[in-house]
Amino acid sequence: MVKMEKNLKQLVSELGLKCTAGEELLNRVPKGAYVSDLLSDVMGKAQENMLWITSQAHRNIIAVASLKELSAIIVVNGRDVEDDVLESAKTEGVVLLSSEMSSFETAGKLYCYLYEINTR
Amino acid sequence: MKMQYFIQGGDFSAGGRASTEVKSIIKQFNISPDKIRRIAIALYEAEMNVVAHAFKGKMDVDLRPEYIRVVFLDEGPGIEDIDKAMEEGFSTASDEVRQMGFGAGMGLPNIKKNCDEMLLSSIPGKGTRLEIKVIF
Repeated sequence: MVKMEKNLKQLVSELGLKCTAGEELLNRVPKGAYVSDLLSDVMGKAQENMLWITSQAHRNIIAVASLKELSAIIVVNGRDVEDDVLESAKTEGVVLLSSEMSSFETAGKLYCYLYEINTR
Repeated sequence: MKMQYFIQGGDFSAGGRASTEVKSIIKQFNISPDKIRRIAIALYEAEMNVVAHAFKGKMDVDLRPEYIRVVFLDEGPGIEDIDKAMEEGFSTASDEVRQMGFGAGMGLPNIKKNCDEMLLSSIPGKGTRLEIKVIF
Protein backbone atom coordinates (compact mmCIF):
# COMPACT_ATOMS: atom_id res chain seq x y z
CA MET A 1 0.00 0.00 0.00
CA VAL A 2 1.01 3.59 -0.58
CA LYS A 3 2.58 5.26 2.40
CA MET A 4 0.40 7.83 3.95
CA GLU A 5 1.76 11.16 5.06
CA LYS A 6 -1.27 13.34 5.10
CA ASN A 7 -2.31 14.95 8.31
CA LEU A 8 -5.79 15.42 9.71
CA LYS A 9 -5.95 19.02 8.58
CA GLN A 10 -5.52 18.03 4.93
CA LEU A 11 -7.97 15.20 5.35
CA VAL A 12 -10.61 17.46 6.87
CA SER A 13 -10.47 19.85 3.96
CA GLU A 14 -10.23 17.14 1.29
CA LEU A 15 -13.17 15.11 2.58
CA GLY A 16 -15.27 18.08 3.63
CA LEU A 17 -15.30 17.12 7.31
CA LYS A 18 -15.83 19.43 10.25
CA CYS A 19 -13.58 19.47 13.29
CA THR A 20 -15.70 19.74 16.44
CA ALA A 21 -12.97 19.15 19.03
CA GLY A 22 -9.18 19.12 19.06
CA GLU A 23 -8.52 21.72 16.36
CA GLU A 24 -4.99 22.23 17.70
CA LEU A 25 -4.19 18.53 17.19
CA LEU A 26 -4.89 18.38 13.46
CA ASN A 27 -1.21 17.97 12.63
CA ARG A 28 -1.56 14.30 13.60
CA VAL A 29 -0.86 11.86 10.80
CA PRO A 30 -3.39 9.01 10.80
CA LYS A 31 -2.32 5.45 10.03
CA GLY A 32 -5.29 3.79 8.44
CA ALA A 33 -8.80 3.58 9.81
CA TYR A 34 -11.29 1.26 11.47
CA VAL A 35 -15.05 1.28 11.00
CA SER A 36 -17.24 -0.02 13.82
CA ASP A 37 -20.08 0.90 16.12
CA LEU A 38 -19.11 -1.75 18.65
CA LEU A 39 -16.84 -0.36 21.33
CA SER A 40 -15.25 -3.68 22.27
CA ASP A 41 -14.54 -4.36 18.63
CA VAL A 42 -12.60 -1.10 18.44
CA MET A 43 -10.87 -1.86 21.73
CA GLY A 44 -9.80 -5.22 20.38
CA LYS A 45 -9.00 -4.50 16.75
CA ALA A 46 -8.16 -0.84 16.14
CA GLN A 47 -4.51 0.12 16.21
CA GLU A 48 -2.80 3.18 17.60
CA ASN A 49 -3.01 6.29 15.39
CA MET A 50 -5.92 4.96 13.38
CA LEU A 51 -8.99 6.96 12.50
CA TRP A 52 -12.22 5.56 13.89
CA ILE A 53 -15.38 5.90 11.81
CA THR A 54 -18.57 5.43 13.83
CA SER A 55 -22.17 6.48 14.21
CA GLN A 56 -21.89 6.35 18.00
CA ALA A 57 -21.78 9.84 19.47
CA HIS A 58 -22.04 9.30 23.22
CA ARG A 59 -19.40 10.02 25.79
CA ASN A 60 -17.87 6.54 25.94
CA ILE A 61 -16.29 6.89 22.49
CA ILE A 62 -13.89 9.41 24.03
CA ALA A 63 -12.52 6.94 26.58
CA VAL A 64 -12.05 4.33 23.86
CA ALA A 65 -10.22 6.75 21.55
CA SER A 66 -8.07 8.00 24.40
CA LEU A 67 -7.14 4.54 25.71
CA LYS A 68 -6.36 3.25 22.23
CA GLU A 69 -4.52 6.47 21.29
CA LEU A 70 -6.48 6.84 18.09
CA SER A 71 -5.74 9.67 15.72
CA ALA A 72 -9.33 10.94 15.57
CA ILE A 73 -12.97 9.86 15.69
CA ILE A 74 -15.13 10.58 12.65
CA VAL A 75 -18.78 10.69 13.68
CA VAL A 76 -20.89 10.02 10.58
CA ASN A 77 -24.34 11.01 9.29
CA GLY A 78 -23.84 14.51 10.67
CA ARG A 79 -24.89 13.25 14.08
CA ASP A 80 -25.00 15.82 16.84
CA VAL A 81 -22.38 15.44 19.50
CA GLU A 82 -23.46 16.70 22.91
CA ASP A 83 -21.49 19.43 24.67
CA ASP A 84 -20.33 17.15 27.49
CA VAL A 85 -18.82 14.79 24.90
CA LEU A 86 -16.99 17.69 23.23
CA GLU A 87 -15.71 18.83 26.62
CA SER A 88 -14.52 15.35 27.45
CA ALA A 89 -12.75 15.12 24.07
CA LYS A 90 -10.90 18.37 24.74
CA THR A 91 -9.82 17.22 28.19
CA GLU A 92 -8.60 13.85 26.90
CA GLY A 93 -6.85 15.20 23.80
CA VAL A 94 -9.21 13.39 21.44
CA VAL A 95 -9.89 14.84 17.99
CA LEU A 96 -13.55 14.73 16.96
CA LEU A 97 -14.47 15.11 13.31
CA SER A 98 -17.94 15.20 11.88
CA SER A 99 -18.96 13.79 8.50
CA GLU A 100 -22.28 14.49 6.78
CA MET A 101 -21.83 11.25 4.84
CA SER A 102 -22.72 7.71 5.93
CA SER A 103 -20.13 5.27 7.26
CA PHE A 104 -19.92 3.61 3.84
CA GLU A 105 -19.29 6.83 1.94
CA THR A 106 -16.95 8.23 4.56
CA ALA A 107 -14.88 5.04 4.62
CA GLY A 108 -14.88 4.77 0.82
CA LYS A 109 -13.70 8.32 0.29
CA LEU A 110 -11.17 8.02 3.08
CA TYR A 111 -9.77 4.80 1.66
CA CYS A 112 -9.29 6.37 -1.76
CA TYR A 113 -7.75 9.45 -0.22
CA LEU A 114 -5.36 7.68 2.14
CA TYR A 115 -4.20 5.18 -0.43
CA GLU A 116 -4.15 7.71 -3.26
CA ILE A 117 -6.60 5.92 -5.49
CA ASN A 118 -7.85 8.28 -8.16
CA THR A 119 -11.61 8.05 -8.50
CA ARG A 120 -12.02 11.10 -10.66
CA MET B 1 2.02 1.08 44.62
CA LYS B 2 -1.65 0.53 45.36
CA MET B 3 -4.72 2.33 44.10
CA GLN B 4 -8.41 1.79 44.57
CA TYR B 5 -11.31 3.01 42.46
CA PHE B 6 -15.03 2.83 42.99
CA ILE B 7 -17.17 1.90 39.98
CA GLN B 8 -20.87 2.79 39.90
CA GLY B 9 -23.08 0.31 38.08
CA GLY B 10 -25.13 1.86 35.29
CA ASP B 11 -23.15 5.09 35.20
CA PHE B 12 -22.03 5.08 31.58
CA SER B 13 -21.16 8.78 31.63
CA ALA B 14 -18.24 8.06 33.99
CA GLY B 15 -17.39 4.84 32.19
CA GLY B 16 -13.72 4.38 31.53
CA ARG B 17 -12.63 6.95 34.10
CA ALA B 18 -10.79 4.50 36.35
CA SER B 19 -8.94 2.76 33.52
CA THR B 20 -8.04 6.08 31.91
CA GLU B 21 -6.58 7.28 35.22
CA VAL B 22 -4.58 4.10 35.75
CA LYS B 23 -3.25 4.33 32.22
CA SER B 24 -1.99 7.86 32.75
CA ILE B 25 -0.33 6.79 36.00
CA ILE B 26 1.45 3.73 34.61
CA LYS B 27 2.64 5.78 31.63
CA GLN B 28 4.95 7.60 34.05
CA PHE B 29 6.85 4.39 34.69
CA ASN B 30 9.26 2.62 32.43
CA ILE B 31 6.73 0.18 30.98
CA SER B 32 6.68 -0.68 27.28
CA PRO B 33 3.93 1.03 25.23
CA ASP B 34 2.66 -2.36 24.13
CA LYS B 35 2.17 -3.50 27.74
CA ILE B 36 0.48 -0.22 28.58
CA ARG B 37 -1.91 -0.67 25.67
CA ARG B 38 -2.74 -4.22 26.71
CA ILE B 39 -3.35 -3.18 30.31
CA ALA B 40 -5.56 -0.30 29.19
CA ILE B 41 -7.71 -2.57 27.02
CA ALA B 42 -8.13 -5.21 29.73
CA LEU B 43 -8.95 -2.65 32.43
CA TYR B 44 -11.41 -0.75 30.26
CA GLU B 45 -13.33 -3.89 29.32
CA ALA B 46 -13.44 -5.04 32.93
CA GLU B 47 -14.53 -1.61 34.15
CA MET B 48 -17.30 -1.43 31.56
CA ASN B 49 -18.48 -4.91 32.52
CA VAL B 50 -19.04 -3.63 36.05
CA VAL B 51 -20.83 -0.53 34.71
CA ALA B 52 -23.00 -2.55 32.33
CA HIS B 53 -23.87 -5.48 34.59
CA ALA B 54 -23.27 -4.81 38.28
CA PHE B 55 -24.84 -2.53 40.88
CA LYS B 56 -21.47 -1.35 42.10
CA GLY B 57 -17.92 -2.50 42.28
CA LYS B 58 -14.37 -1.60 43.04
CA MET B 59 -11.11 -1.91 41.25
CA ASP B 60 -7.93 -2.59 43.24
CA VAL B 61 -4.66 -1.96 41.48
CA ASP B 62 -1.39 -3.37 42.72
CA LEU B 63 1.52 -2.06 40.70
CA ARG B 64 4.91 -3.68 41.27
CA PRO B 65 8.21 -3.47 39.41
CA GLU B 66 7.60 -6.95 37.93
CA TYR B 67 3.87 -6.88 37.21
CA ILE B 68 0.52 -5.19 37.60
CA ARG B 69 -2.34 -7.04 39.24
CA VAL B 70 -5.85 -5.64 39.20
CA VAL B 71 -8.82 -7.11 41.04
CA PHE B 72 -12.41 -6.16 40.17
CA LEU B 73 -14.93 -7.08 42.81
CA ASP B 74 -18.57 -6.29 42.20
CA GLU B 75 -21.98 -6.72 43.72
CA GLY B 76 -24.42 -7.73 41.06
CA PRO B 77 -26.18 -10.57 39.29
CA GLY B 78 -22.95 -12.54 38.87
CA ILE B 79 -22.29 -14.92 35.98
CA GLU B 80 -24.33 -18.12 35.65
CA ASP B 81 -22.04 -19.92 33.26
CA ILE B 82 -18.46 -18.64 33.09
CA ASP B 83 -17.43 -20.85 30.14
CA LYS B 84 -20.35 -19.49 28.16
CA ALA B 85 -19.52 -15.91 29.17
CA MET B 86 -15.98 -16.40 27.88
CA GLU B 87 -17.26 -17.33 24.42
CA GLU B 88 -16.85 -14.64 21.81
CA GLY B 89 -20.23 -13.18 20.87
CA PHE B 90 -22.09 -14.26 24.00
CA SER B 91 -23.58 -11.43 26.03
CA THR B 92 -26.42 -10.87 28.47
CA ALA B 93 -26.36 -7.09 28.03
CA SER B 94 -29.67 -5.24 27.72
CA ASP B 95 -30.86 -3.75 24.42
CA GLU B 96 -30.21 -0.27 25.77
CA VAL B 97 -26.60 -1.15 26.53
CA ARG B 98 -26.19 -2.80 23.12
CA GLN B 99 -27.45 0.31 21.37
CA MET B 100 -24.53 2.18 22.86
CA GLY B 101 -22.19 -0.28 21.20
CA PHE B 102 -21.52 -2.41 24.25
CA GLY B 103 -22.58 -6.00 24.77
CA ALA B 104 -20.96 -7.44 21.67
CA GLY B 105 -19.72 -10.39 23.68
CA MET B 106 -16.13 -9.38 23.15
CA GLY B 107 -15.26 -7.91 26.52
CA LEU B 108 -14.08 -11.01 28.37
CA PRO B 109 -12.28 -12.47 25.31
CA ASN B 110 -10.55 -9.10 24.88
CA ILE B 111 -9.44 -9.20 28.51
CA LYS B 112 -8.09 -12.72 28.16
CA LYS B 113 -6.14 -11.79 25.02
CA ASN B 114 -4.56 -8.77 26.66
CA CYS B 115 -3.34 -10.14 29.96
CA ASP B 116 -0.99 -12.85 31.12
CA GLU B 117 -3.19 -14.28 33.85
CA MET B 118 -6.92 -14.03 34.28
CA LEU B 119 -8.98 -15.46 37.12
CA LEU B 120 -12.75 -15.15 36.96
CA SER B 121 -15.11 -16.40 39.62
CA SER B 122 -18.69 -15.60 40.46
CA ILE B 123 -21.55 -16.39 42.76
CA PRO B 124 -24.80 -15.92 40.83
CA GLY B 125 -27.02 -13.44 42.62
CA LYS B 126 -24.12 -12.05 44.62
CA GLY B 127 -21.36 -10.80 42.40
CA THR B 128 -18.23 -11.38 40.41
CA ARG B 129 -14.51 -11.30 41.05
CA LEU B 130 -12.05 -10.82 38.24
CA GLU B 131 -8.30 -10.81 38.66
CA ILE B 132 -6.03 -9.67 35.86
CA LYS B 133 -2.25 -9.80 35.83
CA VAL B 134 0.18 -8.43 33.27
CA ILE B 135 3.84 -9.26 33.74
CA PHE B 136 6.40 -6.67 32.65
